[in-house]
Amino acid sequence: MAIKIDQKICDGCPDYQEGRCERICPGNLIAKDDEKAEMKRPAECWDCAACVKACPRNAISLYLPEEIGGQGTELKVQQRKKSSLWIFDKEDGSRKVYKTG
Amino acid sequence: MEKEILKTDLLIIGGGAAGCYAAVTARREDPKLDVTVIEKAHIERSGCLAAGINAINAYLNPGETPESYLHYVKNDNYGLVRDDLVYSIGRGLNKVTREVEDWGLKILKDEEGNYLKRSSRSIKIEGENFKEILAAEVERSGARILNKTAALNYIKKDGRVCGAFALNLKEEKFYVIKAKSVICATGGAAGIYEPNNSGQAKHKMWYPPFNTGAGYAMGIRAGAEMTTFEMRFVALRVKDVIAPTGSFAFAGGRQVNDWGEEYLKKYNRITTAMRLYATVRENKEGRGPCYLDLGHLETEKKEQLAQSLLGMCPGIVLKWEDKQDDLSELKVEIEGTEPYIVGGHCQSGYWIGLDRSTSLPGLFAAGDVAGGAPKKYVTGAFVEGEIAAKSAVREIKKLPQNYLDLNISELITNEYQRVKSVLNNPEGYTASELEGKLQQIMENYAGGRSQYYELEASKLKQARLKLKELKAESESLKTNSLRGFLAVQELLERIDVAEVLLEHLLYREETRWPGYQSRKDFPERKKEWRKFVNSWRNPASGEIEIIEREYKSLEEYSAFADRSQKDFYLEYNL
Repeated sequence: MAIKIDQKICDGCPDYQEGRCERICPGNLIAKDDEKAEMKRPAECWDCAACVKACPRNAISLYLPEEIGGQGTELKVQQRKKSSLWIFDKEDGSRKVYKTG
Repeated sequence: MEKEILKTDLLIIGGGAAGCYAAVTARREDPKLDVTVIEKAHIERSGCLAAGINAINAYLNPGETPESYLHYVKNDNYGLVRDDLVYSIGRGLNKVTREVEDWGLKILKDEEGNYLKRSSRSIKIEGENFKEILAAEVERSGARILNKTAALNYIKKDGRVCGAFALNLKEEKFYVIKAKSVICATGGAAGIYEPNNSGQAKHKMWYPPFNTGAGYAMGIRAGAEMTTFEMRFVALRVKDVIAPTGSFAFAGGRQVNDWGEEYLKKYNRITTAMRLYATVRENKEGRGPCYLDLGHLETEKKEQLAQSLLGMCPGIVLKWEDKQDDLSELKVEIEGTEPYIVGGHCQSGYWIGLDRSTSLPGLFAAGDVAGGAPKKYVTGAFVEGEIAAKSAVREIKKLPQNYLDLNISELITNEYQRVKSVLNNPEGYTASELEGKLQQIMENYAGGRSQYYELEASKLKQARLKLKELKAESESLKTNSLRGFLAVQELLERIDVAEVLLEHLLYREETRWPGYQSRKDFPERKKEWRKFVNSWRNPASGEIEIIEREYKSLEEYSAFADRSQKDFYLEYNL
């Protein structure tokens, strides 16, 4: 699995018929259970980050699986009107931010 | 599972680059036309462009022409391409690029306002949101979009394709979509060979793992003629994260082996295939691993590189941040990917005419699923989408008003029962069990990564036998959900593609494209093999029959029986 959905932050997108992450996932891998989104087929994630960008509450982060050397850094993306912030939170508590657009 | 019958003028299967462009074109050609796009996932982020891209790699910068584009593509692919198709793409590349810029794509420009060149046929873009831009345009065009709807099979009546069966995962609905014409734009196929990574990283690949060859398989089952499956595409990528190497190469990266040699200098005729093949050879002969070495990078440069990769492959930046890598000395290991079957980089797909008609009446093809025109990439897929849409619209106008009244009740019952029987099967294999088996067979006997991509008749024949057994097993698959059924369907698609692939691999007794199609038992390129290997599965016997098609130069093609290429370009405004 390469995404984490923070169950404390996810509110299941109450304003929408389906969760924004569930709707956007190009592999149809996410589903909403008990009002929270859940990654149903973790090994099949492509790491495209579509859900990370789509989540209105920024509850989803991308990380690298251990199999390819992942060490726990998590990426979240905040999309603004004209730019995006790519926020990398590392295991040691440090943070690196890139801005694009 | 509810059944719903839908009628539409034009059905477009697949809402990726080609499908989106086709939908917009069709609605523009005839605003009264009812156009339906079905998309397995969601059109805003589906297909190859989900994560975005940072360059357009088929664009004619000043000095380039459709003729020079054809020359390059032909030379890079060892003289065997469909000249007419490649040339037609060349004529449309710049037009579609300007069009998507109008739709909102940000193309980088120099101080004088010219597109920022990456190479003679490549320009830089900020395309993280490329797919969202295309989706918005389809939405604006007024086409009907059915998301979460996977096509299962064509509806074919009296020899003509007149729609498709599909499954809506969200509404749990079985769709019967009757259409006057159909455009197939589903993309190519991944997951036929063992992937580069395993376990939780198994889908960390270059090509979308969700492109499982649906369009190929539907065509194969319906008896469509397919071309050049044997020219598999193996991408040269950054190890582990399978990031694209173009951004590194254009940033001045040197391709070196473990001894520090710039090994490409040792090989003749450096083509895209040769860059891969040389890397494989270096590894095989003990001089690997190989790298792209960017040497010392200034802070500003490395930030730029990371930024350009975020909107395409965020995984690689994640890897750097994970390693606390300051990127001051940047050297990334490169390797070949699993072999993919794809018509946009290589040329596996439907055998089509200049108008993008397939051998099945009523059916057109565009993008990765269409054969004969390698290196079309995203802009080439747009051009093909445009041509296919214009052709379909012309055909629809010729059909009688009541065409969609045809009776297909028996076909509906059969397909519905097929889905139901898998859903009700109490015993059987799961899709993932047989997926592993398929990938193992292809990996070991049909030239996977571990075999240095090499092929030989004795092993291919073994693969053929094993695949036959697998096919028998695949008649007993089980699942208990509609999403599970999609996994079953995707496995069956890959088995159908693999079966055709094997026949093509066996038939071509030469080595035409090193790495992509390297025959150990026929290591030379032979003049007499400058011809296309095509095939069709005879629905009567179930056997795959090979058809040879001659290579022709551009001048030898006519657009249709009664019209020249020139007439075609006038009519199609290309």
